[in-house]
Amino acid sequence: MSANPRPQHAEQGYLARAATARAPHVRQREDLAGVLRHVLVALAPCLLVGLYNTGYQANLALAQLGLGTTTGWRGSLLNTFGVGFDAGSTLDCVLLGAAYFVPLFAVSALTGAACERAFALLRDRRPSPGLAVTVTLFSLSLPPTLPVWQAALGIAFGVVVGREVFGGTGKNFLNPALVGLVFVYFAYPLAFKGAGVWTAVDGFTGATALGAAALGGMGAVEATGVTWLESFLGLVPGSFGETSTLACLVGGAYLVLRRIASWRILVGATLGLVGTLFLLQLAQGPAPSATQVPWFWHLTLGSFAFGVTFMATDPVSAAQTNAGRWIYGFLIGFLVIVIRLQSPVHPEGVMLAILLGNVFAPLIDYAVVRRDIRRRKRRHG
Amino acid sequence: MSSLRLFVEAAFVENLALSFFLGMCTFLAVSRKVETAIGVGIAVLVVQAITVPVNNLIRHYLLAEGALAWAGFPEVDLGFLGLITYIGVIAAMVQILELVLDRHFPRLFSTLGVFLPLITVNCAILGGSLFMVERNYTFSASVVYGLGSGFGWAFAIATLAAIREKLDYSDVPAGLRGLGINFVIVGLMSLAFLAFSGLRLG
Repeated sequence: MSANPRPQHAEQGYLARAATARAPHVRQREDLAGVLRHVLVALAPCLLVGLYNTGYQANLALAQLGLGTTTGWRGSLLNTFGVGFDAGSTLDCVLLGAAYFVPLFAVSALTGAACERAFALLRDRRPSPGLAVTVTLFSLSLPPTLPVWQAALGIAFGVVVGREVFGGTGKNFLNPALVGLVFVYFAYPLAFKGAGVWTAVDGFTGATALGAAALGGMGAVEATGVTWLESFLGLVPGSFGETSTLACLVGGAYLVLRRIASWRILVGATLGLVGTLFLLQLAQGPAPSATQVPWFWHLTLGSFAFGVTFMATDPVSAAQTNAGRWIYGFLIGFLVIVIRLQSPVHPEGVMLAILLGNVFAPLIDYAVVRRDIRRRKRRHG
Repeated sequence: MSSLRLFVEAAFVENLALSFFLGMCTFLAVSRKVETAIGVGIAVLVVQAITVPVNNLIRHYLLAEGALAWAGFPEVDLGFLGLITYIGVIAAMVQILELVLDRHFPRLFSTLGVFLPLITVNCAILGGSLFMVERNYTFSASVVYGLGSGFGWAFAIATLAAIREKLDYSDVPAGLRGLGINFVIVGLMSLAFLAFSGLRLG
């Protein structure tokens, strides 16, 4: 099929670069790279809150320990430029947060790009787009205290085994950022567990609300001094990007309006989480445990909002049929609660739940398609 | 409640295919299409659900130490015959299943081909019986365990087949095509199944 000469209004950017002569005509000006750019835009609020909050938590911890500065090269660097360590100053917090985030991000980006480039060179193909999204998602999910070499190992595994061996973006079946993350989580579990890893200060143990909930239920959450509003806004210890439910909501709304993320997955996961939690609460009675923490807390705790908004909705690895998206979302919400509450070895289940969701998505789609075929046969057969 | 727990543990936490890597030959070879995979999955499920309880009865009334007390031989221990007896039972079951499929489901019978008799030597099936011995299951527990572990294996192979159908559109490097990429997929699936590790139910 030969392309027609380019119509004039194509210059205004409303048509695809090549016009087809015969139907079907797809009128979509967005290509894959454009879609991925929108995901980066949607991640921006999480990134900004993450940078501020990481520094804010660290500065609070420093003040609590009575230290005037952080240690190591970050301390010398920030002192050289005369940056203070005042939790009340937004600039101080953002700069300290950046001192933790930028090395992890840069090393992940370089390692990921090197793997991608090596595959492209050896296979004589163009490097597939999407590395920026993978690296951003991956580094935003890391705890601030993670050693950079572990981040490099994780992103290399994610990019190579999670995506490149299948042929690049869109040809994989698991979200590569998640693959890398879960790989690091199982290879170096101590880097993700305990009260010491979520605040970027050496030797400071600040329990997360989720960790406290697992130990002593709602009473322990209140004892950490975290209010629900703080947890919603993201001013709590945690990984870089996961803490702020508000920022995830903003990013999620943008993705849904752009029709990149499926609202069915988001609603399904929320319903799955709340429904499963209610059932477990009925089954277990009012003993003080994480099960008794109310649903609106569970929605803001840990990485539920971040994971579901940005990872579960990845159009490549999620279910692709509408009915399938409901089931897939619901399954993720269900698994989050089951792993969070019933598995003492995994304090947080969101990443694992989404990875399992990715694994089951093709089977869910298969079942939905078979059902549709049967139904149509009966109607028209 | 405890049998539900045993079922879920056998099916997901201790999935024979994805956490013990048992029954790999069939698992990798007959997972190209979901329909066939479900067929072989159900075959394994049926064989597993019958052989584990049958072997349990044989063990309790014939082979275990003191099991022959009812026949007047309280000090006889035929435990050394365990392995060969279990395999014999499995082989007989598979033969019967083969006859049934050939008569009633000829299409499934021809797609399963050589893999149906190979279920005899499917390590998942023998593994299930040996786990039953090792863990000293009662008869009712062995029924639940047989169903659970068979279901887990069938579910895993259906999932793998669905993933492989989706990956028909992938662009795998030449050296990895076929079995190589299958191993990668199964590895990634079992990484995800680690999420079930340490699950404490009820």
